[in-house]
Amino acid sequence: MDHLDRLEAQSIFILREAYKKFGKLGMLWSIGKDSTVMLWLAKKAFFGHCPFPFIHVDTTHKIPEMIAFRDRMAKEYNIELIVHTNQEALDAGMGPDKGRLVCCKALKTDGLQQVVTKYEFEGLILGIRRDEEGSRSKERVFSERNKDSEWDYTNQAPELWDQFKTDFPKGNHIRVHPILHWNEMDIWAYIEREKIELVDLYFAKNGKRYRSLGCAPCTGQIDSNAVTVAQIIEELKNTKVGERAGRAQDQEDSYAMQKLRKDGYM
Amino acid sequence: MDIAREVLNIVVVGHVDHGKSTVIGRLLYDTKSLPEGAIDRVKRIAKEKGKPFEYAYLLDAFEEEQKQGITIDTTQLQFRTDKRDYVIIDAPGHKEFLKNMISGAASAEAALLIIDANEGIQEQSKRHGYILSLLGIQKAYVLVNKMDLIQYSEEKFNAIKQEMNEFLTSLHVYPLKYIPVSAFHGENITASSDKMPWYKGEPVLKAIDLFEKDKGLEGKPLRFPIQDVYKFDSRRIIAGRIEAGTLRTGDEILISPSNKVTKVKSIEYWVEKDKVDQISAGMSVGITVEDEFFNQRGEFISHTYDAPITSDTFKVSLFWMGKNDLVKNKEYKLKLATQEVECEIYAINKVIDATTLENLENASQAKTNDVAEVTIKTKREICFDEFRNNQNTGRFVIVDGYDVCGGGIVTGLAQERQSVSKFLKQDDEITAKCFDEYYYVFTEGGIKKIEGVPHSFSLGDVIPSTGVTYEYPADFNVVDIRTGLIAIIRKSKLQDIISMKLLTYEQSPFIDSQGAFIKIHSEEDFNNFAADLEKLQQSEISRTAAFANQWFDFMKFRQIRYLTATKSLEIEYQI
Repeated sequence: MDHLDRLEAQSIFILREAYKKFGKLGMLWSIGKDSTVMLWLAKKAFFGHCPFPFIHVDTTHKIPEMIAFRDRMAKEYNIELIVHTNQEALDAGMGPDKGRLVCCKALKTDGLQQVVTKYEFEGLILGIRRDEEGSRSKERVFSERNKDSEWDYTNQAPELWDQFKTDFPKGNHIRVHPILHWNEMDIWAYIEREKIELVDLYFAKNGKRYRSLGCAPCTGQIDSNAVTVAQIIEELKNTKVGERAGRAQDQEDSYAMQKLRKDGYM
Repeated sequence: MDIAREVLNIVVVGHVDHGKSTVIGRLLYDTKSLPEGAIDRVKRIAKEKGKPFEYAYLLDAFEEEQKQGITIDTTQLQFRTDKRDYVIIDAPGHKEFLKNMISGAASAEAALLIIDANEGIQEQSKRHGYILSLLGIQKAYVLVNKMDLIQYSEEKFNAIKQEMNEFLTSLHVYPLKYIPVSAFHGENITASSDKMPWYKGEPVLKAIDLFEKDKGLEGKPLRFPIQDVYKFDSRRIIAGRIEAGTLRTGDEILISPSNKVTKVKSIEYWVEKDKVDQISAGMSVGITVEDEFFNQRGEFISHTYDAPITSDTFKVSLFWMGKNDLVKNKEYKLKLATQEVECEIYAINKVIDATTLENLENASQAKTNDVAEVTIKTKREICFDEFRNNQNTGRFVIVDGYDVCGGGIVTGLAQERQSVSKFLKQDDEITAKCFDEYYYVFTEGGIKKIEGVPHSFSLGDVIPSTGVTYEYPADFNVVDIRTGLIAIIRKSKLQDIISMKLLTYEQSPFIDSQGAFIKIHSEEDFNNFAADLEKLQQSEISRTAAFANQWFDFMKFRQIRYLTATKSLEIEYQI
C-alpha cells in the first residue's frame, strides 16, 4: 500500500462507519476539489452506490461554472442532491457588503443549520482538512455539534483507535470528516491518480486560476499557468503561499475561522 | 510528488510548559514547512496580545490557547525530511486535558517525551510515560529541553537521564535516545549544537529519521472484523477493514464467534483498476462468500487455522478519563474493533498511581486519570487477541453514557478461573477429565481434546453426564486410578466419594477419571480389578499402559466427532 492507498482506505473506513451509525446522514458537496474527492471515495466505499443525499448550501453568490458542473455531475454520478438556500436572509438583503463574516454566518452557517433541522440529520459528512487552517487542525474525525450546531471546541470528546463518537443526545449531530488527515498535495495527487473530473475553474485561463473555491465576491484567483493536474502539483511544490490565502473571510480577524466554526461553519 | 514515501506519526508529550509546542514550532520553522504568512500571523497575534513571540502559537491555534499560553487540544501538522513525511502531533501537558493528550498519542507510532532541564521530571512526565506504555508506543526519545537554563550542563543532563530511564524501564518503555536541546534557541534541533560538544548523538531532526516503522502486519494471522453488510444490488458484500493478515479469493474462512466456515467467492471493487485477488492489512475492502449465512457487524473473519480468542471474561489494563469513577456493578459499553457490547467491571484487581507506580490497595474504583488493571465481563462472547499479539484487535474503549471514558488493552484471559473440573468431598478430591470432549480436527489432521467448562462438583451437585462426544448413564462410578478414590454418581448427581476398598459392588458401570469404561461386569471382575490396581499402585509407572489396555474401553461411552477447525474455545469465567 502506498501513501494514497492508506489515505483512501482510512477515508472509506470512516464513511462506512458514518453510514452504519447514522440513520439520517448527508454529505456536504461544495463542488470544490475536496468534496468532489469525497464523492469519489463514497462511490468506492459503497461499490458504485451513494446511499445518502448530497447537500449543496447555495449562497447564490457561487461562481456560475460551479452550478453548471454540480448539476451535470449529479446526473452522471446518479446522486440524490439537496440544494438549499437561506432565502429569508437573501430577501432581507444579506450579502458580502454587510460584512464578510456576517454574510458567511447567514448564508452558509445558518443555511446549513436550516438543512440539518429540516432533514433532521444525525450525521453530516464534510470535506475539511487539518492542514487548511488552525481550528481545523484541532478537529476530531467525528465531531459533535449541539442542536444549534455549536462546537464546544475546548471540551472535545476523546477519539482513539478509530472508535468514533457515535453516542450523543437527540437533537445534536455529528460532523464526520473523512479526509481530515489529507493535505492539499494528497488531494491533487489522488485526483491525478484516479482521474477525477473537476470543475475547470481550478485550471488556468489567461494566466489565472482558482486554488480554493468559494463565493465569487470573496474568492480570489492566483497567478498560474497550470492547465493540467500534473502542472498544478508541480506548482504547489514550489509555492509558499497558503491554500486559503485567496479566501477573504479567513483574513478578517486572527480568529475568524475559529469564530465561524464555533457557530457551526464547516 | 513521491507517493511511495512513507509517513510516520510522532506524538510530542510531556509535562505542561516543558516546551512541547515550542519544539514542534521550531522544527516546522527550521525545516521551512510553514506557509508564507504563518510566522507573520503569529508575530501579529503576539503583538496584539502584548506578548513575546512564541513558536507555540503556530500550533496553539485557538484564541484561548494563545491567551493562556497553554495547549488545550491536540494538533496534527505535517512536515517532511529527505527521508520521509511526518505527521507531528502536539499533545497538551495539563493533567485536565489528559483525554486530549491520549486522543493525540493514540494515533502515533513514535513519541518524543519532553522534559524541562531546569524543572526536571514532573508528574505529567511520568504519567505520559505510562500512557505511552499502555498505548503500545515503544519507539521513544526523551528530549531534555531548555538546556540553556542549566548552562548546557552535561552533569545535570545525565542526572535527568538516569532518573527518567529508571522510571521508564519499569514500564517496559525503553527510550532509544536522550537528546539535550534548547528548542527556543534552536540548539540540537536541526543541526548539532556547538554549545553542547559533549553530546555525540544526532540532533532531533536527524534522530527522528532513525525511527523504524512497524512492518509485517500483513504476515500476521488474518483479522477482518465485519464493518457492515451491503445489498445495494445483486451482490451481498461483506465490508470492512483488514486489521491484520492477508486474504485471497478462494480462501477458507472462519467467521467468529458464530463459528461458521465458508470460502471467499470474490473480492469486490468499483473501478476496474482496483480489481485484485489478494487483500491485506490496512485495506478497506468488500468480499462475497460462497455460503450466504446471516452475517453481522462485529463478527471476525479469520482463517480456519488461526482464529481469534472468543470469550466474555478477560483481564485488561486501562486508563480512565471519565468524569465519573469507574466502578463495579455498573453497565458500560465496550467497543473493540467493530464490536459493541454491554459489559461490567467484574473485578478491580489493581489501581495504580501513574506517577509513583504505587498500587492503591483495595481500591474499589478508578478515578479520572487513574490507570487500572481490571477484569471485564461482557454480556456476550466477543472476539479479540491479546494486545501483545495484535494491537489492532487487542485494544478497546469503554463508553459511559455518551462519552468514551476509558481505553485499554487486553492482557489475557481471566486467570483466576479453575483450570480443571473436580469432584469434592471435604479433603477428598478427584480430578474429573471425564467431561472433556474429543474431536478429529481436519485442519490439524489429528485428534484434539477440548476441556470442558471447569467446575467443582460437591456432594448433591448435578454433573454433566451427557456432552457432545460422551454419554454416561445416570448411575456410574468414577475411579481415580492414582488415589483409589471413587466418586459415586447416582441419578446424575454426585452422591459420595469413598475409597475403593469401602465400596460394595453393585451393577452400576465404572469409568476412570478420563471417561474410559472399565471392563467390570461382575463382582469377580471388580475384585480382580481392585487387586490389579493395588499392584499397579505399588509398581512402576511403566506398567500403566498394559494395565489400561487390559481394563479400559475408551470408546464405550465416548465417540469422536469431526470438526473443521478448532477455535480457542475459551473457558468461561467461573463464578
